[in-house]
Amino acid sequence: MRLIKRKASKKGRLARKEAFEGYLCIAPWLIGFLLLTLGPMVFSFVISLMKWDLITPAKFVGLENYKTIFTDDFRFRQSLKVTALYAAFSVPLGLIGSLSLALLLNLKLKGMRLFRSIFYIPAILPGVAVTMLWLWILKPQGGILNYILGLAHIGPKPWLSDPAWALPSFVIMSLWGIGGGMIIYLAGLQGVPTQLYEAAEIDGAGSWTKFWTVTIPMISPTIFFNLIMGIIGSFQVFTASFIMTPNGGPGYSTLFYVLYLYQKAFKYLQMGYASALAWILFAIVLVLTLIVFKLSGRWVYYEAEVKQ
Amino acid sequence: MRRMQKKSSLLGYALLLVGSGIVMIPFFWLISTSLKDPANIFLDPPQWIPNPVRWGNYAKALSVMPFPLYLLNTVKITLTCLVLQVLSSSIVAFGFARMRFPGKNALFIVLLSTMMLPAQVTMVSVFKIWSSLGFYDTFVPLTLPAAFGSAFFIFLLRQYFLSVPIEMDEAARIDGAGTFQVWWRVLLPQVKPALAAVAIFAFMTHWNDFMGPLIYLSDPSKRTLALALWAFQGQYTTDWHLLMAASTVVMFPLLVLFFAAQKYFIQGVVISGVKG
Repeated sequence: MRLIKRKASKKGRLARKEAFEGYLCIAPWLIGFLLLTLGPMVFSFVISLMKWDLITPAKFVGLENYKTIFTDDFRFRQSLKVTALYAAFSVPLGLIGSLSLALLLNLKLKGMRLFRSIFYIPAILPGVAVTMLWLWILKPQGGILNYILGLAHIGPKPWLSDPAWALPSFVIMSLWGIGGGMIIYLAGLQGVPTQLYEAAEIDGAGSWTKFWTVTIPMISPTIFFNLIMGIIGSFQVFTASFIMTPNGGPGYSTLFYVLYLYQKAFKYLQMGYASALAWILFAIVLVLTLIVFKLSGRWVYYEAEVKQ
Repeated sequence: MRRMQKKSSLLGYALLLVGSGIVMIPFFWLISTSLKDPANIFLDPPQWIPNPVRWGNYAKALSVMPFPLYLLNTVKITLTCLVLQVLSSSIVAFGFARMRFPGKNALFIVLLSTMMLPAQVTMVSVFKIWSSLGFYDTFVPLTLPAAFGSAFFIFLLRQYFLSVPIEMDEAARIDGAGTFQVWWRVLLPQVKPALAAVAIFAFMTHWNDFMGPLIYLSDPSKRTLALALWAFQGQYTTDWHLLMAASTVVMFPLLVLFFAAQKYFIQGVVISGVKG
């Protein structure tokens, strides 16, 4: 009896020691999470209820910042519109583009490694340098894009200097970087077991049927991952918009959400207002992610689960 | 059948060639402009191969800014972050993969959900915190956060640790190794490729970071390359040959890194993408 007790208490002591060491291991992340994520989230909500320019003392104003944002801020609505429009084009186009590219690069051909590298490179380069390059490519006079379009008998476009063409310029630029998504799809495609294709072939499936009944369901978790990251990513566009159109472009046509947030915080020093914008950004991303998650049950297939 | 296969691989090559042509044109245009004489920049039709070739553009672009200083700043920040990131992310990942403690699963879900939180949400208050601690215009706000690990890297390394047989830990513990020795001596050597992937991604992220230096650094002598390139553009708006030369220089280290360590780039993506 006593022996069992002693054994149990020793076991308990070991478990306590392991738990203590476990917490010690994750302590760096946990401390960082509390000090640089959770704390600042709460802090920024408090700031969002104030008027504060960093110089004079903050003044509590309740929900006034939010009220102004929702009822009396043209640029807020514009920045939402710009960001949503950008997402609506760049996310689906990027998804289709990078998936098609991955399918192409998954063919068993010689020299594939070189092709993969070529398509992947734009995705790893510094945003500032890439933006400089595109600023020059998009230049209406002297830029190479209008010249190439001219070869195809398409007239020159004003690109960044025209409200109708400024946002499409950003979408075109984003498509140059689809290699990043491509690599992820490629990894997904290579994880599809070949037996599934063989089984489908025995059942008489052609390439098209195999694509829709084997490939797509098997890589649906990857599509899902890229979709969420793409949506969140388009709500984070900053470097390109800040460098190419620091004031938000002609007619605020490229006033991306984070650019507006940055302007409010660090140009106009309206910290309270900017924090309210940040919380709204958080709410939007949260809602969008939840919607995508909710809808994903219908089309995302995980191997471990049984579909009815 | 064989003829059909040949046909489809020909079509595949054709599409790939056209596609990579489209991707490469901007690069070609970048290098070509960077070597042109200023008089030949706005020619119509454009001059694809620079004639005469002006290598001096690079020397000039690098001399109008204190390039070695900016390079040193960038290297300092990037390497500090890289070391901190690898150490902290791997110990946290080890904790989540190997240790048993109450609340582990809930905490791991919290960790995963922070991956979806845009950094801009906390930007203003984090800025306020750093500046009230007196760290405005220092490298601390850019480097110290790396000591807390990053959710993405922790996730990636945890996946890797899980694939190492637990018997290795047990054998080491029987030989008297403590938890931290198991992490350092037994598990880290087993996941070297993943550590390399994390190191490369960390390098890339911090080398390319623009918003951080933009917000926290004001003294021109503390600028990073990304920030300097932006400031350079503000001064030399129309000198496209110099701007393209400077951009090429900023891109160059990443290109070298990419070709030297391609394998690890791809590996990191495979682990995170497939199992994510």
